[in-house]
Amino acid sequence: MSLVQVTDLTVEFGDLKAVDGLSFTLEQGAALALVGESGSGKSTVASALLGLHNGTGARVGGAIEVAGTAVHEASDDELRRLRGAKAAMVFQDPLSSLDPYYAIGDQIAEVYRVHTRVSRRAARARAAEVLDRVGIADARRRSRSRPHEFSGGMRQRALIAMALACEPDLLIADEPTTALDVTVQAQILDLLHTLREETGMGLLLVTHDVGVAAESVDEVLVMRHGRVVEHGPVAEVLGSPVEAYTRGLLAAVPRVDAPRAASEAPAPADDAQDVTQEATDVDIVLEATGLRRELGRGKKAVTAVDDVSLTIRRGETLGVVGESGSGKTTLGRMLVGLLEPTGGEVRYDGHPRVGVNPAVQMVFQDPVSSLNPRRSVGESIADPLRARGERDERKIRGRVSELLERVGLEGAHYDRYPHEFSGGQRQRVGIARALAADPRVIVCDEPVSALDVTTQAQVVALLGELQRELGLALVFVAHDLAVVRQVSDRVAVMRRGRIVESGSADEVYDNPQDPYTKQLLAAVPALDPQVAARRRAARRELAAA
Amino acid sequence: MSGFGGFLLRRLVGAVITLLAISVLVYVVFYATPGNVAQITCGPRCSPEQVRQVAEQLKLDDPLYLRYWHFLVGLIAGQDYSTGTSVAHCSAPCLGLSYQSDQQVLDIILAKLPVSLSLVLGAMVLWLILGVGTGVLSAWRRGRFTERLLTGLTLAGWATPVFVIGLVLMIVVCGELRLLPFPQYVRLTDDPEQWAWNLLLPWLSLALIEAAAFARMTRASMLETLAEDHIRTFRAYGVAERTIVVRHALRGALAPVIALNANNVGSAIGGAVLTETLFGLPGIGQELVHAVNVVDLPVVVGMVLVIGFFVVLANAVADVLYAVADRRVVLT
Repeated sequence: MSLVQVTDLTVEFGDLKAVDGLSFTLEQGAALALVGESGSGKSTVASALLGLHNGTGARVGGAIEVAGTAVHEASDDELRRLRGAKAAMVFQDPLSSLDPYYAIGDQIAEVYRVHTRVSRRAARARAAEVLDRVGIADARRRSRSRPHEFSGGMRQRALIAMALACEPDLLIADEPTTALDVTVQAQILDLLHTLREETGMGLLLVTHDVGVAAESVDEVLVMRHGRVVEHGPVAEVLGSPVEAYTRGLLAAVPRVDAPRAASEAPAPADDAQDVTQEATDVDIVLEATGLRRELGRGKKAVTAVDDVSLTIRRGETLGVVGESGSGKTTLGRMLVGLLEPTGGEVRYDGHPRVGVNPAVQMVFQDPVSSLNPRRSVGESIADPLRARGERDERKIRGRVSELLERVGLEGAHYDRYPHEFSGGQRQRVGIARALAADPRVIVCDEPVSALDVTTQAQVVALLGELQRELGLALVFVAHDLAVVRQVSDRVAVMRRGRIVESGSADEVYDNPQDPYTKQLLAAVPALDPQVAARRRAARRELAAA
Repeated sequence: MSGFGGFLLRRLVGAVITLLAISVLVYVVFYATPGNVAQITCGPRCSPEQVRQVAEQLKLDDPLYLRYWHFLVGLIAGQDYSTGTSVAHCSAPCLGLSYQSDQQVLDIILAKLPVSLSLVLGAMVLWLILGVGTGVLSAWRRGRFTERLLTGLTLAGWATPVFVIGLVLMIVVCGELRLLPFPQYVRLTDDPEQWAWNLLLPWLSLALIEAAAFARMTRASMLETLAEDHIRTFRAYGVAERTIVVRHALRGALAPVIALNANNVGSAIGGAVLTETLFGLPGIGQELVHAVNVVDLPVVVGMVLVIGFFVVLANAVADVLYAVADRRVVLT
């Protein structure tokens, strides 16, 4: 008997068909990834496996069998006995997925006691045991910590520990590493791999990241609009995809090991130099020397950026890459003038910059929250024009329409509101707003991290186009090493507020010198399952050494 | 725990500044109030000569800042008052003497305070049980008949003035059914049982109104927590819905309830005028209204300060409860 058998599953929310006639099976101990972009219905399938749509107003059709339970016709009690005991789920955001008010060990113990009749004390001991199993050091003591006292990676480990508590046959992981840094992601994926080897449980992995799938599963099911696009062994689907959609998806995934496409690179200026090197050529538009910034006061003060120097030349892209907390956003804000440095200075065109300079603009990470939802996008784009003193409404409208068209939207979109646009379109609006001030430098802070890969590729292409046409200098701040490689001429790697390595993109990626850069690059998921396996072995050696 | 000590100190300083600001405000407002205070204090039959004497005795002709200064001095050092025939000493903290009765304001307040505290704290227990209970139930049974019924009842409770609820309760319970005697205030120290029986109806009337607000607040807050990710986690692990609601959702939903309760307790101590009047309870609210009507400035200032003190106190208690309920909160 198969571990999971889904036959002709449909899930409808009102008029929206989120899942449309999906069928697949998963054998005992096997691992399958549901891969798709946002809105493809992959998470909806995962929830349906545990009957989590019951009572939410969603209409579920078709048949689902999980570990011997017919989920589609099970009673509430039967479902409760399935959930956690035979099939356990690990969620995406490890902070919000745990109750902030209770100790982590108590939460695991509570779940354990739902399914086994044991004493409170025995359940607590079991919680410490599974926490130890997922690699939480000093598990007995740390099991008394509350979620906010754990780091992101530790919280995800704790959620996995909760899933392991009852030794389920099936682990459903819904984007288990999306909120994590790349090195932590590699650790969690390795942990899942080891646990699967040891316990023989089946794995259903839901992810938007093809690389994550390649690292972790035997089979891949590509979803789009609630339907199966392609389904097969991971090496086949990712190695020689049959469907056009799969090919497009794979083509859009930025590769960390491929040099920047020639068509996207701007005309080479002079030979790439070290970013921190002092240069006197007239092409330098923005220069930072010895930048420092402390955040917080008194005992809680941290140095977010510590003695960072860099130069940005006309028409080039400087990639700033680092994990969360490395200070890359703080650095970006100081370059634009949104934050005053506590030390060092920023020079624009050779002169010390005072306050905010309209020639240095910013594009923000979250296209949803960086646009005012109560104002039309045209009004948002017009802000820099009005700030500059433009009062002629006709001229403003004309210029905004021009900008909208420039970023691939329509001039008539002036009066629409942000919620009427998709994520990618909103980011285009953000770019148009930055362009409105006729900048010479744009600092992009994680401009594509909230977007699907295909949208991501389009936005990256747009930025490249604008750069070539307008001779813009870009500072591209991101955590995604592959994206940074695809857009950058030069790269600076940040860690704990400092630049640990910098140089031309090819140099840094192909021949990293700093151990941290090496570690980062080793953690990036590979698209080829065989390469992934080799890398995993290498990581284990690194960890053992 | 130095953090907690620091919190208390900061709160204390904040409270003193707040209370001083309130007292200045009350002085200014009363100074600007039209009407001859001396005439009102002396009574309608006083001759102009007597009125002038009263004004002199009460120092009503002094400029505002001087009167306020005397008030501050009395508060910190105590003061002697001439009542015309004799001199009374009012020791610190002296809130002054009533214009009307020559009684010390502090004594008046201390006489009224137990009544108000009895009423409000007792009612608080009831409104928390009723309000939070109703809120939890209607969040849990959302969309069903139970919820619609409870929503209707809470809206009705909210919209009904306290004197209607109180009167109906009194007529039915005391008049028709003769289950209880008509309420009469009995001191807790005299007879705890009679104290409770007599306060039952006032508690219920006040609590029914307040409970409506708490029910709505709890329901909204519960629905918010029930939609959070960690609730989904426990559902996905087969934890029973009842456990989820009581153990996980309610805990998370309590923060705004604690805040609302602090405000309502603080303000009800001086603000339950209608309930006090209706049931003949000689509390702070009633006395305050009377003092305002006869422009008895020292009494008004004293009462307002006491009420302000309780609002500040209730909020500080709420902050401590916050921090106890949620370890992520740091008291500052």
